[in-house]
Amino acid sequence: MADILAKKFRDKEKIASLVKYIKKISEGKKYTFMHVCGTHEQTIARFNLRAILPSNVKLIAGPGCPVCITPAKDIDTAIKLAEKNKVLTYGDMLRVPGTRDSLFTAKAKGADVGIVYSIKDAKKIAEKTDKNVVFFSPGFETTACTVATEVLKGLPENMFILSSLRLIPPIMELLLGIGDVRFEGYIAPGHVSAVIGYGAYEYIAKAYHMPIVVAGFEPLDILLAVALLIRQIKKGDAKVENEYSRVVTKEGNTKAKRAMEEAFYVASDIWRGIGRVPFSALKLRNEEVDAEKVFKIKIEKSIDIKPNCSCHLVIIGKISPFECKMFAKACTPENPYGACMVSSEGTCYIAYMNYANEK
Amino acid sequence: MCLAIPGKVVEIRGHMAKVDFKGILRLVDISMLEDVRIGDYVVVHVGFAISKLDEKEAKETLKLWDEILRGI
Repeated sequence: MADILAKKFRDKEKIASLVKYIKKISEGKKYTFMHVCGTHEQTIARFNLRAILPSNVKLIAGPGCPVCITPAKDIDTAIKLAEKNKVLTYGDMLRVPGTRDSLFTAKAKGADVGIVYSIKDAKKIAEKTDKNVVFFSPGFETTACTVATEVLKGLPENMFILSSLRLIPPIMELLLGIGDVRFEGYIAPGHVSAVIGYGAYEYIAKAYHMPIVVAGFEPLDILLAVALLIRQIKKGDAKVENEYSRVVTKEGNTKAKRAMEEAFYVASDIWRGIGRVPFSALKLRNEEVDAEKVFKIKIEKSIDIKPNCSCHLVIIGKISPFECKMFAKACTPENPYGACMVSSEGTCYIAYMNYANEK
Repeated sequence: MCLAIPGKVVEIRGHMAKVDFKGILRLVDISMLEDVRIGDYVVVHVGFAISKLDEKEAKETLKLWDEILRGI
């Protein structure tokens, strides 16, 4: 069924007629929409949607890559912890630059760093070693609920969590609140919304008069979202619509939300390139498993954006990767200078992989 | 790390399920979902099923495409 569905959502004729429709309804006006999801950026790049949309309809990537927005201070903390303990994290965290080192270069110098696919794997490793194990978890709500579930089930005595978990609605709100908003609608992330429900964005749509459409990850999903956003704007509406109803409900996943509430409290913390975002971070209620509290690592000074790096502008959609002078020159996936070039969800990485020859 | 993908549940053992991702089988934690059955499609993220895929709703979305083009 999933395959058949995927094919339907990639149907060439449907896509062509929808693009034609978008051309018609968008005529004479410029529209810019922001998404905040690395997987949306992958769909947009992989299917070259920017090229098939009319030139007056622009899609820009916002802060939707959890790896990219993890601040250097957390990488530095993880590196420090890996000097005496075993630090386990997701594969794409390894090359994210810290202030001096990445976990990858720290590992080469002897730090104990390992890669896992899931917190479950970290738990299994912790059960087999006497060493203290720290699971370093960046991620948005989709990841946070999995960490919450395992923390509530109970961790091995030698296992701790270093949380860089962040929330999506507060950053969507922040981008609207700081002024100089250069887009007319949000395409909201499908899988984060599967967890928190599309109802979670209603206050943003209302308070900022901002049309929001939750979208799935097939090309037709993105184009439908664009059509719905234009339709809202033309009608003068600013509401939340759910294009991804095959996966997302208004309430979201209540069990996952409950687990997050039980395991975490909401705090303010740093997003790389953006700064401190109010009420956007999840911290552990149980201090005994919180690596920050247990190991008390102090990072005096950290650097998120190195000289000449434009990640801070790419992350908030102010410039495209092609406008960064380091892009594809001193910053490549093999040798990433900025955090946006590391993960397969990073805006610069995706641009490099899909558009590098088109500049 | 943040990629979630759909797969088909082929076996259930307590709160874990064997999920088929186009031929690749993996054990997935289904404790965050209610009432998962064999044959269901689930969206999986870092080893956990976070949502079920609803076929009826998928068809509704495809209908939405029709409606939009008809200018409703």
